[in-house]
Amino acid sequence: MALLLKGGRVVDPAAGVDGVLDVLVENGVIAGVGEDLEAPGAEVVDCAEKVLLPGLADIHVHLREPGQEYKETIASGTRAAAHGGFTAVACMPNTAPVCDSGSTVRFVIERAEETGVVRVYPIGAVTAGQAGEQLAEVGDMVAEGAVAFSDDGHGIQSAGMTRVAMDYIKRFDVPLIAHCEDESLAGGGVVNEGAVSTRMGLPGIPAEAEETMVARDIALAELTGCRLHLAHLSTAGSLELVRRAKARGVAVTCEVTPHHLFLDEDSLVTYDTDLKMNPPLRTPADREAMVEGLLDGTVDCIATDHAPHAVHEKELEFELAPNGTTGLETALSLVNTHLVATGKLDWAGVCRVMCHNPRSAANLPEMRLEAGFPADITVVDPEARVDVTPGWFVSRSRNSAFTGASLLGRASDVLVGGSWVVRKGKVVV
Amino acid sequence: MLSNRHIMTMDDLTSNEVTLILDTAESLAEVNQRRIKKVPTLRGRTIVNLFFEPSTRTRTSFEIAAKRLSADGINFTASASATAKGETLRDTARTLAAMSCDLVVVRHKYAGAPQMLAEVMDCSVINGGDGIHQHPTQALLDLYTMRQSLGRLEGLRVGIVGDVCHSRVAGSLVPALRMMGATPVIIGPPTLMPARPDVLGAEVCYDLDEVLPTLDVAYLLRVQFERATRMPFPSNREYAMLYGMNADRLAAMPSHAIVMHPGPMNRGVEISADVADSPRSVILGQVESGVAVRMAAMYLLLGGAESGAAA
Repeated sequence: MALLLKGGRVVDPAAGVDGVLDVLVENGVIAGVGEDLEAPGAEVVDCAEKVLLPGLADIHVHLREPGQEYKETIASGTRAAAHGGFTAVACMPNTAPVCDSGSTVRFVIERAEETGVVRVYPIGAVTAGQAGEQLAEVGDMVAEGAVAFSDDGHGIQSAGMTRVAMDYIKRFDVPLIAHCEDESLAGGGVVNEGAVSTRMGLPGIPAEAEETMVARDIALAELTGCRLHLAHLSTAGSLELVRRAKARGVAVTCEVTPHHLFLDEDSLVTYDTDLKMNPPLRTPADREAMVEGLLDGTVDCIATDHAPHAVHEKELEFELAPNGTTGLETALSLVNTHLVATGKLDWAGVCRVMCHNPRSAANLPEMRLEAGFPADITVVDPEARVDVTPGWFVSRSRNSAFTGASLLGRASDVLVGGSWVVRKGKVVV
Repeated sequence: MLSNRHIMTMDDLTSNEVTLILDTAESLAEVNQRRIKKVPTLRGRTIVNLFFEPSTRTRTSFEIAAKRLSADGINFTASASATAKGETLRDTARTLAAMSCDLVVVRHKYAGAPQMLAEVMDCSVINGGDGIHQHPTQALLDLYTMRQSLGRLEGLRVGIVGDVCHSRVAGSLVPALRMMGATPVIIGPPTLMPARPDVLGAEVCYDLDEVLPTLDVAYLLRVQFERATRMPFPSNREYAMLYGMNADRLAAMPSHAIVMHPGPMNRGVEISADVADSPRSVILGQVESGVAVRMAAMYLLLGGAESGAAA
């Protein structure tokens, strides 16, 4: 079955293309990209006014399966990913049981093959049970298909344990993805420590709880030579540490979430638990620093930290509600609304921060809009209006920090391996 | 009447409204001196005391206030957290809303809980203390007591001493004092200060002895050991040495100055027994003021003038 995507703006800096072109797909693979392609018998899809990007990848999602299927499953989470324009996700290991063994990695991969609609890459735990005390069987997990390792949800509190983990992991040439949070500084905090925590009477988490561990992990990455990827950075100080480390040539990459790019602590005044996350929303100055870091290349990629929770879990007192917001379905629209439509970031830049950089940071296979690569393609309608309402989500959960927003642009059509998973904005598998 | 349906924080009130509440409390205080301490003002209205956190003095104060206005008062004591019963806070609110009450007084261990309840319920809500956030009727009764004792609020310099960062009393009193033209000074070790005292609008001082001679009021806070994640000072002995109010420190204050405390007191830690019981202590006066101020707040929130005279 052949597909001819006609007349869209095809953008992929890795493939060296940016222009109104046609893309021919045959047998799940890109057969050609060029002007006025012809393919007798192929299904022709008019892509005028659309932007074609290599399939977007989100390397920080929580699919909740196994163990918390009432929040999300691999089936529902990958549909949410497709709905948001992603063709690949890397899923964090804080499931129940924790993904800290080869058999659990295998389970996730097999379950994704059975029920998933986008590509799923498991991230294994660094330490057994994510308890921070003993190395998990990293080699076994690599053999089963784990792409990276993380104790996401908690920082590894012991520097000695982190050093051992980095020393061990580097042998496999996979990254350690660090959740940077010194819990002795974070205490029982639930929002950023500062003006808002003081005014709202909520215990605060100082920026330094993140920054001291960012500094520590960068130092340990230099010591060990392990690839380090810093998850969900939230403070200007953290970015400055990354900026300096990169200048020294340290193998460090980092990600920022859409909520840390486009929201700050000032939106917390209503005690809305959908805005409770870890790390917390920081100051407007931190938010601006995140955008600046994204534009100047200090931030390698956008990752959503998609963290679905059931309604009844979020209908609690702010301090008791779980952390996290969903993110897969709104990320692309937010980036278009706030960065592309405002002229701050072009589509090649979107490719870098939502496709190529995340893939290289988390060891995912490369995708390009170039003959010979799998036909994983995200077609964007940059003019489509998206009103974010609870009923609009495909995820099993509704805890979005952006509910009520009116956004511009969305993934209108998505191909994974040459098969449609989204047509005209609707998930079709 | 008040412009806002709820009293969640001091931000819900203007200075004119604060003055109205204090003036109304003054006239209602007379009811508390009568042999029959009851007026028919809120007859037929239902007031629910919804306490998620153990409290005797505040709950009793609200309960007496409701009864003296002839409202039907109901105590609804929930467990420390709604989740302990497997029910969400919003479920609890929905349940109460279905019972058609007129006013709910909420005391909760966690900040923001009264706001969450008010979003679901149609009735008025008074925040009876939420976590380390605010306790507006405490601030109002403190203002009332200061005005009674010192004859004015404007221009007063009020030292709030001790565990400021864990104090919902300080959280309400600092903005309340500023609103009424007084100057709040928060005093304590840096480990007991909020992250950004400047946003509350208070002067900050770490040395009690330095500032005592300038104060009209020394307002001592209870050290809330139960809320601290780690011991914020070396020992109770050292705390008393640096920040405890005692006879010598009282003598260093101007002769008209008064001592206040929201209770319950840690005698020997933040206040010595002789100061607590001295004539310059108005701590029991605060308790007495509490009933009149809460009567005024209920009366004004429920449109009492429509249903009868204040007294």
